[in-house]
Amino acid sequence: MAKIHVTTTVNGEPVEFLCEPQQSMLDVLRGPLGLTGSKEGCGSGDCGACSITLDGRLICSCLMLAVEAEGHEIGTIEGMASGDGLHPLQQKFLEMAALQCGICTPGVLIAARALLEKNPDPTETEVRFGLAGNLCRCTGYDKIVRAVLETAAEMRGAKAEMPEAVR
Amino acid sequence: MNDMTNKWIGQRTIRPDGAEKVTGRAAYAADTTMPGMIWGKVLRSPHAHAVIRSIDTAKAEALPGVKAVVTRADIVDFPLDKPVMLGIQDMRWMSRNVMAREKALFHGHPVAAVAATSESIAAEALRLIEVEYEVLPHVIEIDDALRPDAPILHDFLRFEGKPSNIAGKLEHKLGNIEAGFAEADVVIERSFTTRPVHQGYIEPHACLVSVAADGKTTIWSSSQGQFMVRAMTALLTGLPQSDIRAIPAEIGGGFGGKTIIYLEPLATLLSKKSGRPVKMVMSREEVMRASGPTSGSKSTVKIGATRDGRLVAAQGTFWLQAGALPGSPIRGAAGCGFAPYTIPNVVATGFDVVSNRSKVAAYRAPGAPIGAYAVECVIDEVAEALGMDPLELRLKNAARQGTKAAHGPVYPRIGFMETIEAAQAHPHYNTPLGEAPAGRLRGRGVASGFWFNAGGESSAQVNITEDGNVVVTTGHPDIGGSRASIANITAELLGIDYKRVSVLIGDTATIGYSNLTGGSRVLFASAMVVTQSAEKVITSLKERAAKIWKIDPEAVAWENGEARPVSENAGRFPPLSLAELAARATETGGPIGAGVQLNTTGAEGGFATHLCDVEVDVDLGIVRVLRYTSFQDVGRAVHPSYVEGQMQGGAAQGIGWALNEEYIYDRQGRVENAGFLDYRMPVCSDLPMLDAVMIEVPNPKHPQGVRGVGEVPLVPPLAAVANAVHDALGKRFYALPMSPPRVLERLEG
Repeated sequence: MAKIHVTTTVNGEPVEFLCEPQQSMLDVLRGPLGLTGSKEGCGSGDCGACSITLDGRLICSCLMLAVEAEGHEIGTIEGMASGDGLHPLQQKFLEMAALQCGICTPGVLIAARALLEKNPDPTETEVRFGLAGNLCRCTGYDKIVRAVLETAAEMRGAKAEMPEAVR
Repeated sequence: MNDMTNKWIGQRTIRPDGAEKVTGRAAYAADTTMPGMIWGKVLRSPHAHAVIRSIDTAKAEALPGVKAVVTRADIVDFPLDKPVMLGIQDMRWMSRNVMAREKALFHGHPVAAVAATSESIAAEALRLIEVEYEVLPHVIEIDDALRPDAPILHDFLRFEGKPSNIAGKLEHKLGNIEAGFAEADVVIERSFTTRPVHQGYIEPHACLVSVAADGKTTIWSSSQGQFMVRAMTALLTGLPQSDIRAIPAEIGGGFGGKTIIYLEPLATLLSKKSGRPVKMVMSREEVMRASGPTSGSKSTVKIGATRDGRLVAAQGTFWLQAGALPGSPIRGAAGCGFAPYTIPNVVATGFDVVSNRSKVAAYRAPGAPIGAYAVECVIDEVAEALGMDPLELRLKNAARQGTKAAHGPVYPRIGFMETIEAAQAHPHYNTPLGEAPAGRLRGRGVASGFWFNAGGESSAQVNITEDGNVVVTTGHPDIGGSRASIANITAELLGIDYKRVSVLIGDTATIGYSNLTGGSRVLFASAMVVTQSAEKVITSLKERAAKIWKIDPEAVAWENGEARPVSENAGRFPPLSLAELAARATETGGPIGAGVQLNTTGAEGGFATHLCDVEVDVDLGIVRVLRYTSFQDVGRAVHPSYVEGQMQGGAAQGIGWALNEEYIYDRQGRVENAGFLDYRMPVCSDLPMLDAVMIEVPNPKHPQGVRGVGEVPLVPPLAAVANAVHDALGKRFYALPMSPPRVLERLEG
């Protein structure tokens, strides 16, 4: 089968690749593009480990065809830290131990960044629904939610208001 | 080390592997590639139970791009007449689990594997393999497997002299059970069922294997033990262990499910045949159908108490589904259920039952949640019958130092009572549930739990770099932050900043034998070998300083990362720092480093008590957890954040087990919900914050006071949630999960 040529942007850099028409964006990221930070946990859009952004919108890359990247902007975990340091979410996840095995972490971070870009001052409930598409089996989500709330507060220059009933 | 003067033990330091994990750079097994790599895939049985008459691979082998095919003929067989044990795993069963031999024993059982130049060619090749099956009647549920006319899975299994699906029995006895019940004023007996549930790690099983022309084999894989991978692969392929180097990739969750292998021997044989590196990655569907899960169960528990609230007799019978081959966790179910209590008369019996579903793998405190679910629900009913507060009843009967447990040990200093007292004093237990909105009911439940914990073999090497920093290597895959704790301990012992300590996981060629990451043993055991290694290093550093100062080594102290004379009498010398001593290593005796290998003992049991508030929507049947607090004796929280993380993660898994997770089989014995959409694990919006209260009663047999903390958190939640639902509805559930259809059925029934 003839491969299709795709011209796109990944993490702000121009990228070209060849793919088969049925290949997912995740397969191309992890294969030919060597960007293995996006993970495959299910291949059916249920776990969120492959979360990326397409023109800033949060999507599961396992559900996107690679050919659909033509002319669009893809954002992956590899583009989250800038040259001079980690994104505040990445830093806060480390400080607050919001990861254990780390396999869901890239997807969770991408989803959390997408959430904060839309809603810089989310409630706990908004964070929980914003991350409801990202399965984590290790943490019970507690430290993840706290880290996102703290980061949001820091990025706004405020102090996080932790939910009641919790120290 | 257990005093409060610690500088690093107890600190929430940044984990050594953290930056790589938040930037997507950490290498998991599926992220690994090699030049010339090809892809392996597994053909799986479409039947739950069938004789495999023949396998014809000729057409598949002829397909362009196919480089190798393996079948049962390629896997080492083990005669059925005697066990071949590797740890707790019997290789007779492991051989038949990685590849069906005489029969396919479950839907999804591997029948053949191929390696091809692309994933799509490998998939096409699977379709070309012709397998002739003779389909047999199958059996999934325990009751069906125990019927006199049940299809028998294995001709070689006998129970009480007859062919049977019962593969084993275990019994713990203490005191005189009849006399105990005769003494009781209140006796409650109930029967329970739980469904099989999966560990649910987000990373599917994956490996990359390269067998070189000289037979030297390298395995990169996701596992809870690189030495287990090496040993099992050697046994199943016939390669010597010395030819296999097993490299532990970062592991994306395991929870016990990666303490055995599935793909590694297949990829090894495919690589050997093809001469190419072979990569294999399971799909989520394959993970759900053919790996893990833990047992479904049925159990009956009977507890007797005197009017004043003394538990005097307890009897439990636990039947656990092993899956297709023997080995369900009856030891956890029968051993752990009554272990939190001082009960003079106990009989606990477990039965291992085979049936046509995937063979169970360990799942976090294997069997213990099943046992505790039944026991803790009955304890709740005993408290109700006595008119006692359920925590008060537990406290009155709590195991303590000197209690003789039915499963064997006499407890040393333990912190179970402290967990109950902390729960009683906590605002959670003393805050009213509050008014529920219309159509909803609220309730609060409590439950406790115990897990054995484990010691065993560990190795460590502590090396001082030439620039005076530290590299620590241990042999256990880090599944939840153990490297961070090892950095804290090493920094504490050597008196240096934790950032100067690098912690690595060695492979089978670079570190001594280390047993699995399992049994909540990793920090307990590795802290021991790291401590002894660091102490040897400190001894060496003191000797070197003594040599430089020309004084007796006994006259040198190691404090705050420096050698100094113990007193002015020993001599007046400016201190020598680690960096200064490292720089002078060559002249003082050579490289500085030490390794220790031990079979560690003294891992004492762990206990916890959980509080759970729920709100039940009586129209929809949805149970929502409003508040959850865990109280656990953690020994010593070397890195509190990752101890809390274990407690929170275990609670979340337990809530999933209690409320939604279950394997659903169709009439053909196929799993109907083999994916994350229909196998419903808790998502972020399902849960509240999960409060974790760490109680530190140091383990007297450990240099830092460490107790295992990873598994206890999954033991109490099933009953804590069930008891809360009872409190809300006034009706008891004797079956899990309490999913919306079941709740509605119970409400209407």
